[in-house]
Amino acid sequence: MTKTMKLHIKGGRLIDPANGIDKRSDLFIADGLIVGAGDTPPKGFEASSTLDATGCIVCPGLVDLCARLREPGFEYKATLQSEMAAAVAGGVTRLSCPPDTDPPLDEPGLVQMLTHRARLPGFATVHPVGALTVQLAGERLVEMAELFDAGCVAFEQASRSIVDTQVLLRAMQYAATFDFPIWLQAQDSFLSRKGVAHDGEVAARLGLVGIPVAAETIALATILHLAQETGARVHIRRISSAAALEMLVAARASGINATCDVTINHLHLTDADIGYFNPHARLDPPLRSSRDRDALRAGLCSGAIDALCSDHTPVDDDGKQVPFEEAEPGATGLELLLPLCLKWAQETKLPLLTALARVTTGPAKILGRHEATLSVGQAADVCVFDPKAMAMVCRENLKSQGRNTPFLGVELPGRVRYTLIDGVLAYDAGLS
Amino acid sequence: MSNTLSFTRNPQLNHQGELQHLLSIEGLPREIIERILDTAAPFTLVAEREVKKVPLLRGKSVFNLFFENSTRTRTTFEIAAKRLSADVINLNINTSSAAKGETLLDTVDNLAAMQADMFVVRHAASGAPYLIAQHLAASGRKHIHVVNAGDGRHAHPTQGLLDMYTIRHYKKDFSQLTVAIVGDILHSRVARSQIHGLTTLGVPEVRVIAPRTLLPTGVERMGVRVFTDMQEGLRGADVVMMLRLQNERMQGALLPSSQEYFKSYGLTPEKLALAKPDAIVMHPGPMNRGVEIDSSVADGSQAVILPQVSFGIAVRMAVMAMLGGGSQ
Repeated sequence: MTKTMKLHIKGGRLIDPANGIDKRSDLFIADGLIVGAGDTPPKGFEASSTLDATGCIVCPGLVDLCARLREPGFEYKATLQSEMAAAVAGGVTRLSCPPDTDPPLDEPGLVQMLTHRARLPGFATVHPVGALTVQLAGERLVEMAELFDAGCVAFEQASRSIVDTQVLLRAMQYAATFDFPIWLQAQDSFLSRKGVAHDGEVAARLGLVGIPVAAETIALATILHLAQETGARVHIRRISSAAALEMLVAARASGINATCDVTINHLHLTDADIGYFNPHARLDPPLRSSRDRDALRAGLCSGAIDALCSDHTPVDDDGKQVPFEEAEPGATGLELLLPLCLKWAQETKLPLLTALARVTTGPAKILGRHEATLSVGQAADVCVFDPKAMAMVCRENLKSQGRNTPFLGVELPGRVRYTLIDGVLAYDAGLS
Repeated sequence: MSNTLSFTRNPQLNHQGELQHLLSIEGLPREIIERILDTAAPFTLVAEREVKKVPLLRGKSVFNLFFENSTRTRTTFEIAAKRLSADVINLNINTSSAAKGETLLDTVDNLAAMQADMFVVRHAASGAPYLIAQHLAASGRKHIHVVNAGDGRHAHPTQGLLDMYTIRHYKKDFSQLTVAIVGDILHSRVARSQIHGLTTLGVPEVRVIAPRTLLPTGVERMGVRVFTDMQEGLRGADVVMMLRLQNERMQGALLPSSQEYFKSYGLTPEKLALAKPDAIVMHPGPMNRGVEIDSSVADGSQAVILPQVSFGIAVRMAVMAMLGGGSQ
């Protein structure tokens, strides 16, 4: 199937959060663009192919703010090929990847190479996030303008914090000069030193080194103060505690330019899910208490949290089949983003229109490169999924090379049937 | 590895609720703890016989798998296994599994292939024996038993059990006791096992006494009363359980000096006088005299530290016999 094809998506329920649309409607695509929606095709439209979406939801392709593709440097954990297959199987048509590769994405050449290799039909659009400092070492600034021109949408430190606040201040001042966004995980490196779990009852019982909530709030306070000082556009990655969310909401009310995201794991799990030392529940930041989890769920409902991300982190078995505290943090997530968004919507009785906004328009706005919508004239990035189909998460069914997730063995709602990127059928579950 | 490990089921009990492995006192039913203590009692007499052996584990191979150095614990396990007539193989694997080399589970697979019947595991990482037990279960080798001989800060169940045995020996009834655990609770696997043992056996008041830097967050949720003032915490105690304070704790910002620690939290005759007159003093060893305990107390009439060591062998025999002696 090529861009010149005319595609008729028939019989689905169209949900387009950007336009507040939730109704039964067909969708018409030509030359890679959306050309119409409704019961009748636009004038002169003759479908060369029809996709049956009966019983399915048709929505904009999902946008994932954090998916590690592991290239370059960690090809034994995952490759562009394997993770792109995972993305489209999960209905994700656009994603940003953090710079924690080897070498880190701190040079324009590396970024160009990655985007060039990812620019293939049927691949999700990749928006690299550049390193904020050289080698992510937190000492010297990268060539931000060069990296931006090479395709970086923002700059971040992945899970490594900048210890030197002077450097952080300069980084924000410099980024603000060009209005480049800075994405940061709020975690104080001293208070989180050697920590592997939320500092609470579970860590106390299991004898695990704890990371207190203060590790997040102290780092966040620093970031917010400097953001106010510099006017930098700041996005907080992977918010994990109720206290941090409260601070962020207050900061925003006082006019600070800050957005944030939460991961699928932190939206559903707590430190109690570590169970009997489950290494799949070893995550960064750590899973926190149920009170924190509930606050994050409410925050995502209200929009205080702008986006839900997969925080996709493929880890090989060698990294996980070790004692909990030695396990490499992270979980695979690209294929779980939609199911876990739906599960959260079901459990909180949230309208799908709002829920899907957190994985489409919300993250797209933060990426700032396109609109995630099904409006006429937009690129046809579309996800068609059956919201009622239940599927068990199991190693064999994951397309990602990372088979590590705390949701193994859990039955989740929602199965992607088709994923279209620029009007090209990138994924077909082959059910019809 | 194609087998999926399960982390949601307590792996130390089998589907009949019987002891499959000994990984932690937490989650052990009171009846099982009492059965271990009851089984240990006659084993204390074996040591007094001319032939210090019973044939319960004859023909069985016990592997002492020590990923962390410990002469004392390894020796007591070795003696216990030998008194049960088992063949004992000692392995000191001092390279951490984080360092490049054979992985923990590869080591286990290799030793399992040598027809091991029981692994006694000590590891610096909390939960390592769980991983081994989960791996054995997932790979269909349920006949191999795992005994946790200390994992990170998490648990040291045989130490906890021998402490319970000691308390029962001297105090008979748990239901009226006040027990104070003093010292580095934060880093102590012994303290965690003691707390679970005491609360499961129905001790109405378990106290922990330590400076705030040595208390885990949320420790009170484990069913203990927290004291930072040692005098207050010792008042009226029937049992005083001291913990070892490792020298390396002085290097960070946990404590200013061992002298200051001793002044506030060292057990002296004056402080011990605040406890009941017939209070017993316990210590898991090795002791740091003049750091956590004054010599006059360690060698005094209320100390039961050496009997703890003897009971330790009997309790470890009981655990091993209950796990591995089933087919005899």
